[in-house]
Amino acid sequence: MNALRKLVDKVKPNFEKGGKLEKLHSVFDGFETFLFVPNSRSKNGTHIHDAIDTKRTMSTVIVALIPALLFGMYNVGYQHYLAIGQQVSFIDTFIFGALGVLPFIVVSYGVGLGIEFIVAQIKGHEIQEGFLVSGFLIPLIVPIDTPLWMVAVATAFAVIFAKEVFGGTGMNIFNIALITRVFLFFAYPTYMSGDTVWVRTSDTFGLGAGKVVDGFSGATVLGQVATASSPNINIMSTVGQPFGFLDGFLGLIPGSIGETSTLAILIGALLLLITRIASWKTMFSVFAGGAVMAYIFNIIGPDTASANFPWYNHLVFGGFAFGAVFMATDPVTSARTETGKYIYGALIGMFTIVVRVLNPGYPEGMMLAILLMNIFAPLIDYFIVEANIKRRLKRATN
Amino acid sequence: MANLIKTKRGLDIAINGAAEEGIAKTIYSQVISIIPDHYHGITPKMLVKEGDSVLAGTPLFYSKTKEQMKFVSPVSGTVKAVHRGDRRKLLRIEIECDKKNTSVSFAKSNPALMSAEAIKDLLLESGLWAYIKQRPYDVIANPDKAPKAIFISSFDSSPLAPNNEFVLAKQLADFQTGIDALKKLTTGKVHLGVRAGSNFFKQIKNVEITNYQGPHPIGNVGIQINQIDPINKGEVVWTIQAQDLVYIGRLFNKGVVDLERTLAITGPEVIKPHYINTIAGTSIDLLVAGNTTKSFALRYISGNVLTGLQIASNGILDPYATQITVLKEGEETHEMFGWALPRINKFSASGTYFTGMLQKVFGKKDFDYDARLLGGVRAIVMSGEYDKVLPMDIYPEFLIKAMIAGNIDKMEALGAYEIAPEDLALCEFVCTSKLPLQHIVREALDTLRKELE
Repeated sequence: MNALRKLVDKVKPNFEKGGKLEKLHSVFDGFETFLFVPNSRSKNGTHIHDAIDTKRTMSTVIVALIPALLFGMYNVGYQHYLAIGQQVSFIDTFIFGALGVLPFIVVSYGVGLGIEFIVAQIKGHEIQEGFLVSGFLIPLIVPIDTPLWMVAVATAFAVIFAKEVFGGTGMNIFNIALITRVFLFFAYPTYMSGDTVWVRTSDTFGLGAGKVVDGFSGATVLGQVATASSPNINIMSTVGQPFGFLDGFLGLIPGSIGETSTLAILIGALLLLITRIASWKTMFSVFAGGAVMAYIFNIIGPDTASANFPWYNHLVFGGFAFGAVFMATDPVTSARTETGKYIYGALIGMFTIVVRVLNPGYPEGMMLAILLMNIFAPLIDYFIVEANIKRRLKRATN
Repeated sequence: MANLIKTKRGLDIAINGAAEEGIAKTIYSQVISIIPDHYHGITPKMLVKEGDSVLAGTPLFYSKTKEQMKFVSPVSGTVKAVHRGDRRKLLRIEIECDKKNTSVSFAKSNPALMSAEAIKDLLLESGLWAYIKQRPYDVIANPDKAPKAIFISSFDSSPLAPNNEFVLAKQLADFQTGIDALKKLTTGKVHLGVRAGSNFFKQIKNVEITNYQGPHPIGNVGIQINQIDPINKGEVVWTIQAQDLVYIGRLFNKGVVDLERTLAITGPEVIKPHYINTIAGTSIDLLVAGNTTKSFALRYISGNVLTGLQIASNGILDPYATQITVLKEGEETHEMFGWALPRINKFSASGTYFTGMLQKVFGKKDFDYDARLLGGVRAIVMSGEYDKVLPMDIYPEFLIKAMIAGNIDKMEALGAYEIAPEDLALCEFVCTSKLPLQHIVREALDTLRKELE
């Protein structure tokens, strides 16, 4: 460690003002603060500080995402071998999935961090940690057969137009990962919906080649529900086995890479709640709002398959849990007042179900509901803060 | 029965180095320095020159905008030097002590029998007015504007703060006289905030006593004002620290300006934390001499770790300080991958470290506190952090944003009149984005004052 510190100290002057590599100051600073806690000290104000910083916060979220990622990797392999009708070992299944998913992580981080580094350098800022989370979320919310170049284009679009133009981490209005997803969804609709992208049927780097079994259908559960011709349908797996609540909860179902297992997501949620990084108010309200809305449709909704889809199933299929735990709770784009978080969360839950049930064009509503509420979050806060202002004014005139 | 106000919002930061009760000695330095910048928001005009002899209570300078507001010498002796900086800004007045400590003699008087005007004039003339502060703006009170109430917090809840019950033990008579004098200056109430469960102040009359229970910043007078009688636009509230009130009592009871005070020498790097008697303007190297650890670069703070002023090892004690804190600077510490490691030696109020829990269970205090920010400065990311440590009916994050933007109407509407920088000190401590909140508040209040007065 001392040797490394000495090395850093030795090369440091090159990157400082007047140094040969002055232009790379932000990049150097990014690496230095990654290696060592910065030893900058307070000049005025509070002399001691809490040990938390944005690096700690963001890395906690990443740790919370790991169960969903690992499960997602396994599930990619599982769905593949199910589709080609082969029985392979647990390890082989996982390796197939890992090889399928890793390129997404590399592309997402490569493109996003690359832009982040360049922008930080141009603006003379420190490198901000926000993209560490966004870049981890992006691979988890895309279908496994999305072409990598599309992910690269969408990530670049999101980072530049949803974040950097607003001023970087903390200034953005929309969740960066969701902007990536929504860009893919609307720019390349054929790749992001339908029933051919959710399960990888071809081989990955020559691994797991095989022929798809007869009767295979790659539709997700919500896809089946949205396109059902009769009001009562039986949801099933890609090879025709019936699905129930437990399948959705455990997550061996087709879907975006990291969103299928509610169980894995809840393990992450537990970490976020214990560390108090995510607000339990938002998280709880999304589930509550979704459950209530779906229950209302169950009772008095139109007689369609999606309205009849049991409320508890709504919460475990599709991206509901993932959105509730990792997307809705993004502190930057969510409501910032404590009361506002209840309203914000509940409306996300409700709109998700409304989109799912009433709009047959979009089987999944989570992404749209969160983005919609990202727009309304400042308005919710406005009314809550305004109430405080009115209270203060009233006090003055009494 | 006095009222009881409880809150759970806030945070008691436990640090090693609380002062042991028992006065060791009285220490003044040979040369006392008066630094006009310690009196925030005034422009000084000199009244003495080098070579003049002064007594304790002799005016040294006055406020350019309020000429009756005098600032006096705390000791008797000779004006040794007057230091000026750029554009002849008055930086420091040095007074060579004659060690006799003779005071200008004022008539002993009973404030109960005096008019408000007479009391005010006496306080302004004797320099003790400087200890009365006002909200809004957290500056020395404007004597021309009557306050709707006067608030005194009898206890200090900040980290390692001196115990006022110990400090005031033999001075309650002066404390009472001080209250009697202030009582005359307002048509409203004089409020005394007392820590719940304490009987120390129960004999004190002429005040409205309220008991408070909760973690820091409950002892901050700003919190107490907000709980009882919040400040609205156009209103003024005066505040004074408990120990400073004793000065006023001494003036009336003994007819002297006697600025001796009890100071707690605290902090993890102090070998034997204790109390001493001293006087504002003393160089702190005398106060901590031989009593600090030597192996690290140290930071000396006139005040507590949250709100105090950073001063040099031979810096000058500011007139409002009730404690000195000595900390490690930490500049030589390089923690590798600190953001990712468990770091059980670092305290955090957040759940991302286990140390908050550790502290609750074991009352652990020996966390490695030093002056590092422990992170990079960022835009505000997390929400709700500040609310947890500010027991006021205010949305601190929105107020801070209005202050950063310099939006005066918004600041007003969101409660800028009610706060002082010290109230946001804990918010600054817990801030993930490491923003200098107290600095932001100070600048914003100064802007507000400039625009509106």
